[in-house]
Amino acid sequence: MSVAKQSVVLVYSTSHAIRLESLLKAAGTSCRLIPVPRHLSSDCGVCLRFDDASRNVIDEILDQAGVEIQGIAPILP
Amino acid sequence: MVHFLDEVGANPGRSAHSRSIEAARIVFGAREAVAELVGIDDPCRVVFTLNLTEGLNLALTGLLKPGDHVITSGLEHNAMMRPLRKLQDQGVAVSVLPHTDGGEIDLMQVEAAIRPETVLIALNHASNVSGVRQPVAEVGRIARARGILFLVDSAQTAGCVPIDMTAEGIDLLAFTGHKSMMGPTGTGGLVIGPRVDLKTFEPLVRGGTGSRSESEDQPAFLPDRYESGTPNAVGLAGLEAGVRWVLRQKVEAIQRREEQRTQELLDGLQGIPGVVLLGRGKATRQTPTVSFNLREMPPSEVGLRLDEDHGILCRVGLHCAPGAHRTLGTFPGGTVRFSLGPFLEADDIDRALEGVASLARIRS
Repeated sequence: MSVAKQSVVLVYSTSHAIRLESLLKAAGTSCRLIPVPRHLSSDCGVCLRFDDASRNVIDEILDQAGVEIQGIAPILP
Repeated sequence: MVHFLDEVGANPGRSAHSRSIEAARIVFGAREAVAELVGIDDPCRVVFTLNLTEGLNLALTGLLKPGDHVITSGLEHNAMMRPLRKLQDQGVAVSVLPHTDGGEIDLMQVEAAIRPETVLIALNHASNVSGVRQPVAEVGRIARARGILFLVDSAQTAGCVPIDMTAEGIDLLAFTGHKSMMGPTGTGGLVIGPRVDLKTFEPLVRGGTGSRSESEDQPAFLPDRYESGTPNAVGLAGLEAGVRWVLRQKVEAIQRREEQRTQELLDGLQGIPGVVLLGRGKATRQTPTVSFNLREMPPSEVGLRLDEDHGILCRVGLHCAPGAHRTLGTFPGGTVRFSLGPFLEADDIDRALEGVASLARIRS
């Protein structure tokens, strides 16, 4: 069984995480808010998990909406 | 609100567990609804406070420094005037402009009052005493052309008069949830437009935000910079429900309906001997707030009799706006004020008019 590779968007605030989630869901992109994985550090306790296959859509939405993020990182170390 | 209390009950943005995230979603839903109502793209620009008064205090004390100049009108509520008078004591210059005969601010006087040190024009969208609406889009154009920020108190208008911060050039909009936004008391805030420089706009309260927890300095980004401490999440659940209702009805439709009721009330009051009405008597120029006096009967007695004898509720006195009553010539006695909501029918207006007419007959 192959598992889709996943990454997380790290944000500054929970409000930003929820705004991003709402924009992604409106665009039909699957994502989920999760606690920030231990090997990563963030200003905010939650981050947004997504399948790497959606990376292009994520980049586009971040660019269009002007949502400021801390970075994007693989979910596994 | 029941869903929040029964099934969520967590602190939004303070943990990463599912209920905390659900609470944060509820608060964010209220941000989205308010942003849509006032014509702002980014919901993070909606900052929640305890009420509109706190939103105005945040805007005024956060922006104005000694040596700055601010322009306001003679029709403001004490939520605007008391913080401004305190700032005046601290060295901020305050110009209070008179109004025209119709009750609107004079645009030529706004232009003429601008000085090199003017940083802000601060205006009530509509008087809470006379209901008269101010030409905010025109003032917004002046502010924008002269590089000045524009703050609007939307207590009387948000939810019953269309507001588009972007189109009308409004940089800061203070709002309250408990009036025409149909939300609960204890909800309100300040919407902060993109022309406001956050670096020089100081928070009113500093503290925990659930973000940047490793730092003892206040975050620089919206909305956290201006929202410290646990928010009124249950109230904001109610605010979202109220604003969503308004958006479904459409503000323009609510406004048309209320204008119809207001005109019926204005026409009826003008036909009662002994009634002295404030304003021009034209519903399209005002909000559904109508102030009047009965000759020879003090407002407090009118209010008490309307309540006890007719079951009609109104607010009498100075309406926390002594400056406005001075401007309108009704200080210190005040007025009787009817405020109409979207659920009133023509029959309700008739009953109110019958009540006022019966009191007028007693003294005539």
